[in-house]
Amino acid sequence: MGDRPVQHRGTTKKAARPTLGVFKFASCDGCQLSILNLEDDLLALGQVLDIAYFPEASSEMRAGPYDIALIEGSITTPEDAHRILSVREQAKVLITIGACATAGGIQALRNWADVEAFKQVVYPSPQYIQSLSTSTPISEHVRVDFELWGCPIDKAQLLSVLTDLLAGMQPKLPTHPVCVDCKRRGIVCVMVAKGIPCLGPVTRTGCGAICPSMGRDCYGCFGPAEGTVQGPGLPPNTSSLAKEFHHGLQLIPVEVLRRFRGINGSVKPFRDESLIWEHEKRET
Amino acid sequence: MAEKKPKTRTIAVNIIARVEGEGALRVTVKDGVVQDVELRIFEPPRFFEAFLQGRHYDEVPDIVARICGICPVAYQMSAVHALEQIFGIQVTGALRDLRRLIYCGEWIESHALHVYMLQAPDFLGYDSGIAMAKDHANIVTRGLRLKKSGNAIMTLLGGRSVHPVSVKVGGFSRVPRRRELEGLKDELLWARDAAVETVRWVAGFEYPDFLPDSTFVALRSPEEYPFNEGQIVSNNGLQISAAEFEQHFFERQVSYSTALHCTLQGSSYIVGPLARLNLNHHQLLPLAKQVLEDSGLALPLRNPFHGILARSVEILYALEESLRLIERYEPPPLPAVPVVVRPGTGMACTEAPRGILYHRYRVDGDGIIREAKIVPPTSQNQGRIEQDLRLFMPRLLNLPDKKVALACERVIRCYDPCISCATHFLKLDISREGAA
Repeated sequence: MGDRPVQHRGTTKKAARPTLGVFKFASCDGCQLSILNLEDDLLALGQVLDIAYFPEASSEMRAGPYDIALIEGSITTPEDAHRILSVREQAKVLITIGACATAGGIQALRNWADVEAFKQVVYPSPQYIQSLSTSTPISEHVRVDFELWGCPIDKAQLLSVLTDLLAGMQPKLPTHPVCVDCKRRGIVCVMVAKGIPCLGPVTRTGCGAICPSMGRDCYGCFGPAEGTVQGPGLPPNTSSLAKEFHHGLQLIPVEVLRRFRGINGSVKPFRDESLIWEHEKRET
Repeated sequence: MAEKKPKTRTIAVNIIARVEGEGALRVTVKDGVVQDVELRIFEPPRFFEAFLQGRHYDEVPDIVARICGICPVAYQMSAVHALEQIFGIQVTGALRDLRRLIYCGEWIESHALHVYMLQAPDFLGYDSGIAMAKDHANIVTRGLRLKKSGNAIMTLLGGRSVHPVSVKVGGFSRVPRRRELEGLKDELLWARDAAVETVRWVAGFEYPDFLPDSTFVALRSPEEYPFNEGQIVSNNGLQISAAEFEQHFFERQVSYSTALHCTLQGSSYIVGPLARLNLNHHQLLPLAKQVLEDSGLALPLRNPFHGILARSVEILYALEESLRLIERYEPPPLPAVPVVVRPGTGMACTEAPRGILYHRYRVDGDGIIREAKIVPPTSQNQGRIEQDLRLFMPRLLNLPDKKVALACERVIRCYDPCISCATHFLKLDISREGAA
């Protein structure tokens, strides 16, 4: 990861501005909008970075290579599986932005379904639709230098990563669970106080514990936390949380399954847990 | 014997810029006459209507928000209203006001983005809002701050502006205290003045002389400018409830697009700010009414390029409405009306920033979604965009290909198309056959 940070000295006037490309695959545009939502910092960003390719924001589209490529969206069509290879070839540093690019996104719910049947639900003439049977993260297709989680990404995290890269540093973001943020902010635990099945104990920090602060359950936008029980880099204890949902909060197996099979349902720790409860569902 | 062979001229633009999502345009010109206009949406399909099946009704607002990062509130609003219809729930008073308020936030954010960053560069001759800022720093800064004021409303009520988290069937997971809303007032007062300046600035642009004959479709409610309620009406006499939508509007699939085309009784029509303003200008609040009148433009606005003006007037309206709603806010006794699940089918239409957004759901006795249908605004405008291009093209044919392509993109951007929404959009490829 990130073995080739952008070399930026910022001393020579024009030539030194690193180039940025923003590429879209299957997605909702929300993470690209998060870049435009930088508002106060957007024009400043336009000064330190040379925005060479960002079709959603600019008609000027220059060819690569690019110093930094931001990728939104997942791979869901044969054309896109091919296009990402060419983007990788043109990018010095490639960063995925958001749940779709990092983990397959909500549209990865197709991975458990029959896509031919899906086409028939949505389209009168399914034969015109070119679509792969799966929605997969960028990392299953090319080497990814850094991943930004979130649905949508947090713009402060994006700025932090870009600032690190511009300074020639390896970007680093925290991986602890949302639960810790709630405790730090003094937010009343929705699971303990209201019996709401919250994914905060196993979900990665980044949003600032928005959902519990709004009186509801975390639903896993930032993917699995790391190192909560087993240690750094290791998956969170989903099985303990799932058992609490089932035995403590009386969720039936299919309800436990749906908790884990959501925005980031295809990423390993959540996928494995949902498969366990799919099995339970069949048994009961 | 020399038979005159038709000449082919091909113009190609691969990705239409400054729109949300990805698509292309293919135009065929034969002997100087426009043959086919195909707006090709190649945004990959994401199958929302299919994977909503089997999910619990309370997951729907979180899932449908992901159809569009620019207008998630619209998806959430159409969804909760359709589901509430099934469960027999009426959301009234302060909760209803808060729903209007969060929708105002989304209109302000989405419209300001389009007016300043996506469409104004066309009128001032720049590639982007960021490039425009080099010469017009104060204007772009004003636009970004205006956009931010909309985001501030959404963040306060919804936790964040992209994919807000608090909207649920029956109301919200949390409602703000009075003083939290009052905290927005100063910035919204600044934004209201900036919105007045925006309308005046935009009214001074040079508009192409283009007056196609269009059908406008929008919601209309007796009391106010429409967000969540009202009859679906047109300038040609249509007046129906959302429940009757599928009897009048039909989606058809075309081979060149992953978005379905929706027609009204077989014809194309316009939804969105221009349609809403033409059909509801009598419901504007005093300041927006006055500023629109001062612009000297006669309603109805038939020139699609005036979409940017309608959008600017709506930013001003949304700010006036926000301030009005904040002024009268008293927190409701409960953040949400309790839900009792019952099986059934419900339909609802609300006014997304880009126009009417229709949802239909069938729910079983356990609250599980058995069927879902969603008709987004861009798939409704697609037919009209193609029609406008067909009518606008003849005046462009003497221009070099690159300029034709740019002019076509400008027409398309008038509609603020959201391709991510419709896929369930642009690359320009013009083939010219014969002398142009």
